Amino acid sequence: MRDLSYAAVMARKNEIMKASMGMDYNDFIQSPVAFDYERMMRETGYSLEDVVRIQSQAKVGNTPLYELTNLTEAVRRTAEPGKGARILVKDEAANASGSFKARRAAISAYEAQKKGYKGLAAATSGNYGAAVASQAAMRGLKCIILQEVFDSKGIGQPEIVEKSRACEAYGAEVQRLSVGPELFYQLLMTLEETGFFNASLYTPFGIKGVETLGLEVAEQVRARYHKDPDAVVITHAGGGNLTGTARGLLAAGCNARVVACSVDLAGLHMASDTDFNKKSFTTGHTGFGVPFATWPDRVDVPRNAARSLRYMDEYQLVTQGEVFFVTELLTKMEGLERGPAGNTSLTAAVTLARQMDRDQIVVVQETEYTGAGKHHNRQLSFARENGIEVRIGDPSGNIPGKTIVIPEHLDQVRGKVQDMDHLRRSYLKNAAKALPAAQWTDNDYAFLAADIKSSVAWVKQNIAQI
Amino acid sequence: MIKSGTWVEIERVLLKPEQRAANLPEDTAKTPYLLRLSGFLQEDAELGQEVRVRSLIGQEHRGTLRLVNPSYSHSFGSTVPELLAIGRDL
Repeated sequence: MRDLSYAAVMARKNEIMKASMGMDYNDFIQSPVAFDYERMMRETGYSLEDVVRIQSQAKVGNTPLYELTNLTEAVRRTAEPGKGARILVKDEAANASGSFKARRAAISAYEAQKKGYKGLAAATSGNYGAAVASQAAMRGLKCIILQEVFDSKGIGQPEIVEKSRACEAYGAEVQRLSVGPELFYQLLMTLEETGFFNASLYTPFGIKGVETLGLEVAEQVRARYHKDPDAVVITHAGGGNLTGTARGLLAAGCNARVVACSVDLAGLHMASDTDFNKKSFTTGHTGFGVPFATWPDRVDVPRNAARSLRYMDEYQLVTQGEVFFVTELLTKMEGLERGPAGNTSLTAAVTLARQMDRDQIVVVQETEYTGAGKHHNRQLSFARENGIEVRIGDPSGNIPGKTIVIPEHLDQVRGKVQDMDHLRRSYLKNAAKALPAAQWTDNDYAFLAADIKSSVAWVKQNIAQI
Repeated sequence: MIKSGTWVEIERVLLKPEQRAANLPEDTAKTPYLLRLSGFLQEDAELGQEVRVRSLIGQEHRGTLRLVNPSYSHSFGSTVPELLAIGRDL
């Protein structure tokens, strides 16, 4: 009889992972901090051409790139003379299941089928669940999605309730769970019991799937404007969106500035039952963005293929109120009604475009579908029902969990830049927890420097001060 | 009596408060870790009974019978007037 206690199941993590993915991470691990990242991506992933072919057969990719001419003009009216870059948006809502997550799921489902698994399981409260369920449906595979949905009063976050519905609509079994990190425990139990494929968000297959998004951005901008984009803004949570897109841009030879953006939810605890329904965003926020940037290996696989600091040039924070305002503007000015999570990066793009020259291009690389539960009107009315003050005013008055301030004018959308070196130092502190710095080898130093887009000299200088 | 084969929702305690992960915030730590799942009832039963269901993919699960014909009622919410003004004066 298997021991099903929390500690016993967690202790079996590595063997369960190996069986549920058909790959052994020990082949790539070099030390408690370092592993051969590029070899893992090469040997367990697919070539970009393979990914394009698999996705095109699975109703994924080749999404439209739109120029937001009205929004661009409105931003220019709030900018200094000569400033106001063109804002483009990649309409990823056009993928099967309504978000860019279909790119990740398409490769996982292909891999699961190729290796002979009968089904896939994934622990995700986001769009990825519907993406996996949709891809499983078209391949005739079974699918189990585990979601953190409701608090101890039984009240579900409307956005996640909608995702439960979508997954069931695609024929998946949906395990709806209360608040807590034990989602991972339940995933391990489910994988062990069913023998299904672990369609984790953080596998090399998943990240390879996002590379086509970066590739398409580079190719579409070049075809239409005969130049490269100057900046690409990416909503950042677990890091896969940023990592995959940036790798795709690099594969296309495009050196656009890679800008991460998250909604600032500082002060709210991600595992807190009472804070759970005080968040108006279920992803793309700092509760995931910062911990995953500063230590990627906190996930449901032994080493995370999504390594955002490796590719990030800048990290913008926006408030919930700013995102809701820009979401409404996208609808009213551009005739595109899309979900708020994708519009997080659009909000940062408004700030960036205002600072950039008129002849420059900033690309927002995703949208997501919207609808009942997900819609920003529902998120705001839900916030009010949970005692959160919603008002019009200066967005600097936003207090996560207490007040949402919706800007009155576009020139109040200003965002906030995070200190990249502070994030890099946090990463090094976390690395030192995994392996004391005194034991780091030359290989560890080289890995860490690459992993935070810095130099060995910088790592040595800064770890000495920590 | 709820007939076998009916689409229902069950609830099961996966971990009691004392069995949960370490280092949880206090508010979460004192609550049980719960699963809710919809499936087809495998035997005639009453609400509140321990039952078996089969999920949409045919997996069997056990739990307390909680709801008959569980439905989604999430919505667009009551109108937030502050949104109506946005974009009209740009």
